[in-house]
Amino acid sequence: MNIYPVADNIISPMGFDTDQNFNTAMAGGTGIKAIEDNTISPNAFYGAKINNAPELSQFTFLENLFIKSISDGLGQVGGLDMSRTILVVSSTKGNIDLMDAKKAKLFGNRIELHAMAQAISDHFGFRHSPVVVSNACISGVSAMLTAQNLIQMGQYDHAIVTGGDILSEFTVSGFQSLMAISDEPCTPYDANRKGITLGEAVGTILISNNKNTGQPTVEMMGGGQSNDANHISGPSRTGEGLKLAVEKSFKQAGVNASDIDYINAHGTATLYNDEMEAVAFDRLDLLKVPTNSLKGYFGHTLGAAGIIESIMTIKQLVAGQLLVSKGFDELGVTKPLNVVKKQQALVNARLALKTVSGFGGCNAAIIFKKL
Amino acid sequence: MNLEIISYSSITSHSASSNGETITENLTDAPFAEFSKSIYKKLEVPYPKFFKMDELSKLAFLAGEIVLKEIDTANWNGEKVAIILGNKNSSLSSDQKHYESFKDRDNYFPSPAIFVYTLPNIMMGELCIRHKIKGENSVFIQEKFDAQFLYDYVQHLFEAEAYEYCITGWADYLPNNYEAHLFLIRKSSGEDKHPSFSENFKQLIR
Amino acid sequence: MENLKEKLKVEIIELLNLEEMTPADIANDEILFGEGLGLDSIDALELIVLLEKNYKLKIENPEEGKKIFRSINTIAEFIESKQ
Repeated sequence: MNIYPVADNIISPMGFDTDQNFNTAMAGGTGIKAIEDNTISPNAFYGAKINNAPELSQFTFLENLFIKSISDGLGQVGGLDMSRTILVVSSTKGNIDLMDAKKAKLFGNRIELHAMAQAISDHFGFRHSPVVVSNACISGVSAMLTAQNLIQMGQYDHAIVTGGDILSEFTVSGFQSLMAISDEPCTPYDANRKGITLGEAVGTILISNNKNTGQPTVEMMGGGQSNDANHISGPSRTGEGLKLAVEKSFKQAGVNASDIDYINAHGTATLYNDEMEAVAFDRLDLLKVPTNSLKGYFGHTLGAAGIIESIMTIKQLVAGQLLVSKGFDELGVTKPLNVVKKQQALVNARLALKTVSGFGGCNAAIIFKKL
Repeated sequence: MNLEIISYSSITSHSASSNGETITENLTDAPFAEFSKSIYKKLEVPYPKFFKMDELSKLAFLAGEIVLKEIDTANWNGEKVAIILGNKNSSLSSDQKHYESFKDRDNYFPSPAIFVYTLPNIMMGELCIRHKIKGENSVFIQEKFDAQFLYDYVQHLFEAEAYEYCITGWADYLPNNYEAHLFLIRKSSGEDKHPSFSENFKQLIR
Repeated sequence: MENLKEKLKVEIIELLNLEEMTPADIANDEILFGEGLGLDSIDALELIVLLEKNYKLKIENPEEGKKIFRSINTIAEFIESKQ
């Protein structure tokens, strides 16, 4: 069964729809800036924060963004048969700002991810209870693969896959305690990289088994998921888990390493993640393929990352233009990864690979083919 | 494809059981910290890392030990094993601890060892490390145990990918309300030795 | 110094949940990471928090931590040298 992405939206500091985000990034912009906000961190730090006053007071900041993003996505396709449509939500921490008891009072139990997803679903009057995926930093790609599975199982024809996380004191303080946050905007794969920059974003991608649902530009060929079985926070030194996820995606998509024209990798800019990816891509014979990380534009957006970066992957593949791997200057991994340093055309490209890895040792990969 | 339940395990605040047979009971109503330790001792698992885990991971870990008791996981092909779980409260208990560590600016000491457990999928990561499991692991956050959803998902997973085993079920932790029910699923051998996945999964949960 | 070392052992056992270990089980020169006691990267980060919280000592660079956290002896020497 063929599955097509038919509509999408990205909300980030770079814009409120996919085109704004893509164009800003193409023009060399970024959503990352210095943030001095005592409600997030006692010290100034670099991050990507969305400036948006919630429009609907009965919803949280994050729920407002989800609603905006889904509305934009739905607006791009004609009336979907909602009895055959499922909402799949990806988030790591959801409404984590509701840990604050004063805030929580206003929004009931919506710190619980399923309750948050249900509130969003109810706003649109969706027929089916939403499916919520929470697989750390791979959640976005996991959610897309879950949606693919649900459609292939014959239960639905369409899926609205939406993912998001906020830039919160919760995650900033935690990653700081892991000494994982860079004191400059993150620089994936660079020799001087110092860690991650956290970002805030929501993204939505509609997928369908019916090509005529929208005007799809790519086909979702399949993917794979794996676990390192090595350490709950440290990336594997061997890249074995990521290699396995990519191999599974090749198998499901019926392609080989030599068919891949472009890789959008995870590239968080921690020493160990980027090195692990380079080792895995070396073992997969993918070092020559142009590769970028989009964390220099969005920061690490956790539950949104897999979705918004997949959308940007599709945009680049279709536009035939690759974004600079922002922040990259001098190679800082042990394998000669082909990191995109200057904006470059992608001629006659067909296949793009998107990968993610996360805490818990999880990895996921997904493949898109240009139509 | 016919699937069968090789074994199942349950842990609640009252007892821990294996294939429906009680292993140990919490007769004194001991809090989780104590009860989990007594289960750990009873199972005679030499795994000091257990004590570094958060409660949700401890719960899933112990249920995992029970459900995999008969399997030589050191020598199975972990790439062919998946974990698909349901959960309601994510990592809320650890979230609360992490929150307490940073909300007071005069006593601001976030703990890395707590923060790394503030994700619901970490319990699966711990199971993967312990049992060399390298396949997909996904946790779905549900208002209540949705056996139908998990059944359909696992069934599809076996059909779409060449998995040999899958651990599925439910693991959820709140300080006074926790339960884990794990099921080890395998392609049916056709021998009628084990209960079938389709007929028994939903009933067994009670 | 000996008192400090004993105190460190008690603190470390509690902080890192080294269940069923007593201070007497940790030799002053025992290697804490990798072989030896088998602590890992998260434990190292916890020790950084410990030094900050209980001894008001800041370690900015985890690499620096590696040398300091070699053994109970080296941690105690580091604390003494700063006080």
